[in-house]
Amino acid sequence: MAEQELQAKAKEEVPAQGERVRPGRVFVPAVDIFETPETLVLVADMPGVTGDKVTLDLKDNHLTIYGEVGPPLGAGETMVDQEYYTGDYQRDFHLGSLIDQSKIEATMKDGVLRLVMHKVEKAKPRKIEVKVA
Amino acid sequence: MPIFFREPAWNPLRELEQLQRRMNRLFQDTYGPERVPWRAGVYPLVNLSEDKDHLYVRAELPGVKAEDLEITLQDNNLILRGERKIPAEDKQVNYHRRERESGFFRRIVALPAQVKGDKVEATCKDGVLTVKMAKPEEIKPRKIEVKVA
Repeated sequence: MAEQELQAKAKEEVPAQGERVRPGRVFVPAVDIFETPETLVLVADMPGVTGDKVTLDLKDNHLTIYGEVGPPLGAGETMVDQEYYTGDYQRDFHLGSLIDQSKIEATMKDGVLRLVMHKVEKAKPRKIEVKVA
Repeated sequence: MPIFFREPAWNPLRELEQLQRRMNRLFQDTYGPERVPWRAGVYPLVNLSEDKDHLYVRAELPGVKAEDLEITLQDNNLILRGERKIPAEDKQVNYHRRERESGFFRRIVALPAQVKGDKVEATCKDGVLTVKMAKPEEIKPRKIEVKVA
């Protein structure tokens, strides 16, 4: 891959869906999603989120990832010049294939979430025999 | 039939006021100073903050390792260089989405004051880089007494 320079981008905010209890902004994290024959892997950039502040919710085929960030400034600090905003991260996905709920591995490192989900083997078609009475 | 609630008399002036408020909100949301915070347009975007004794420069660099970062202090410029590497996945994988970007970056951040090079600390935690610099004595807040003539 050729060397390329990174471009600055303002973070995209999540469109509002009802009001939130906690004030603040919510952003859409950039993600990579890829598949191997056995797994579905999701990688999301969520800078400022620690591992214990990530919430994953999988209901049927609907996956929600949520990362909560701490305050952007330390105690006694005031902002002088702000180029980016901080806020929580949220994103929802409809998964195409069924996921084994008991086999989901999530790791958080340097602000990058990696989610490895194992696919479920499709229920095998059953043949029902009709008995002749 | 009893009247449960009565609508207040129609007031055209109030309706105008409401319209004006809505228009103001619309313009604020679209062009307001809040909406477009970034001016430099160079990666990484940084936030500059201060407290009584320190200046802080913060940047969001998810997935960037400390060894791939190069921070230099030159006069009153802070230079951030580095590379964001995304490790290659297995050859077998097929992508659904690929939004995360890799590449190198180089940015100069002009500091509002000259800081001492030996009093600079840089930490990278959870993908957020924080450079903490001690303020020189000259720019620390000082109390000025008013002399009585």
